[in-house]
Amino acid sequence: MKINRFWSWLFFGVGALYFVLPLISTAEFSLKMRRGAYTLDAYWTVLADPRFQQTFTYSVLMALATIAFGVLLVVPTAYWVRLKLPRWRPVLEFITLLPLIIPPIVIVFGYIRLYNTSSWLPLTGSAMGTNLLLMFGYVILSLPYMYRAVDTGLRAIDVATLTEAAQSLGAGWVTILTRVILPNVAVAVLSGAFITFAIVIGEFVMAALLNRPSFGPYMQLLGANRAYEPAALAVIAFAITWGCMALIQFVSKFAPRAPGAQH
Amino acid sequence: MSLAWLGVMPFLLFALLFLVLPTMQIIVGSFRNAAGEFTLDNIVNLFQPSIMAAYWISIRISVASALLGCLVGFLMAWAMVLGGLPGWLRSPLLTFSGVASNFAGIPLAFAFLATFGRLGLVTLILRDWFGINIYAMGFNILSFGGLTLTYLFFQIPLTILIMTPALDGMRREWREAASILGASPFQYWRMVALPILWPSLLGTFALLFANAFGAVATAYALTGSSLSIVPILLFAQIRGDVLQDPHLGYALAFGMIVITGIANFIYIWLRARSERWMK
Repeated sequence: MKINRFWSWLFFGVGALYFVLPLISTAEFSLKMRRGAYTLDAYWTVLADPRFQQTFTYSVLMALATIAFGVLLVVPTAYWVRLKLPRWRPVLEFITLLPLIIPPIVIVFGYIRLYNTSSWLPLTGSAMGTNLLLMFGYVILSLPYMYRAVDTGLRAIDVATLTEAAQSLGAGWVTILTRVILPNVAVAVLSGAFITFAIVIGEFVMAALLNRPSFGPYMQLLGANRAYEPAALAVIAFAITWGCMALIQFVSKFAPRAPGAQH
Repeated sequence: MSLAWLGVMPFLLFALLFLVLPTMQIIVGSFRNAAGEFTLDNIVNLFQPSIMAAYWISIRISVASALLGCLVGFLMAWAMVLGGLPGWLRSPLLTFSGVASNFAGIPLAFAFLATFGRLGLVTLILRDWFGINIYAMGFNILSFGGLTLTYLFFQIPLTILIMTPALDGMRREWREAASILGASPFQYWRMVALPILWPSLLGTFALLFANAFGAVATAYALTGSSLSIVPILLFAQIRGDVLQDPHLGYALAFGMIVITGIANFIYIWLRARSERWMK
């Protein structure tokens, strides 16, 4: 047992070292912009860069739009399938898995061919159309996480009884969805929203190929031209990812438990 | 005749327009020539040395990072679940794995440049304190080894997240029963534990493989276009038709779908198999 524990610590230690070293190195590197002293210069330079502010704002707005559209699309669908079409569940599950199977670069390649200026739906013809197309692409990318989160949330509540109760009190479908179902799966929706935010904020391939001024391509450009600012950006991006995951853990404490489930 | 199916139509229509049709467009395009006639030429043209080399190095990087990711991730998950490490380590490690498995793309490349780049902290420490110049020894962050090392940062945590529930499902009774019947620890692992765990392990490997194969951003930020792996070649092709044959570009993308598709189906199939043991 003692030998066992020695190996355990060894494996754990080597693994932990591999994860901690890049974090320390990046943080250290980001502070070295001024020769001979540790300063926050790289961070100030990045934060003061108008292109940082523009692209970051663009990506935040894009993430919020993606979340709003995703919730609007996924919650009614997942609810309806649980309530009326249980036999369709495997179909929906398969479709929501597809974005994990088809690489994003292939999906966006298809967009460029299918929605170019000479097609029946020329979305890439205008800036607004391309923004919309990019947002749809992000909804697709976040679908596996969003759908799974909401579907799991719906499993924990008795959809049929809640619906009947609401109906017998005279509620219509919109009331049922917004005032009965949505509050009950709020935690699941928020989990899905935070992971969507983490995905969208730094996404590179789709934004770069659709030529939109978002945060991912900005980071890439800065990385190709500067030395210290990219390290500062990496620290910021890591903090954002960490924040999103921490929020998921935090909100999941408030999730309703399925009857009989212990955990 | 119930009209309930109408309720899922908005969703299906959206998925059709922005997921299925774009993908079909690529697949169909790879079997057509410029005049729109059916042809296998594009697929045949994939078998030219430069494209095969791109597939080959992509596959090697994906296999290497998936194998190492599985191995290290499994050992860490094992150490945490069954190896007698204190219980308070569990929650931070799982949280960190959640973060790190989502920390990919451009910033990850920056982090590894700051660590193992020519002026990276680890490179400098090894050189100045230990007299080991990894760049003189042939290491380069912008290469096969460097990219594999970088990909491990999201591959290992992903393995930990998938293997922890599998290892949690290993009952103490199985080990006790085996040892009562006279099995050595090695025999227990070879004849009980590994046969139960191998679908999970192999499935994880397949998932990690697809994960690495489809990754573009990290490789692009790290190497620019100096390392010709398939996703980067495709990126350059979409941007500027570097192959000078749009339909060859479709075929290149089709090849990616086939490879990640096979890997993912193996993962899904094996996951269904391994869940039998986790009731």
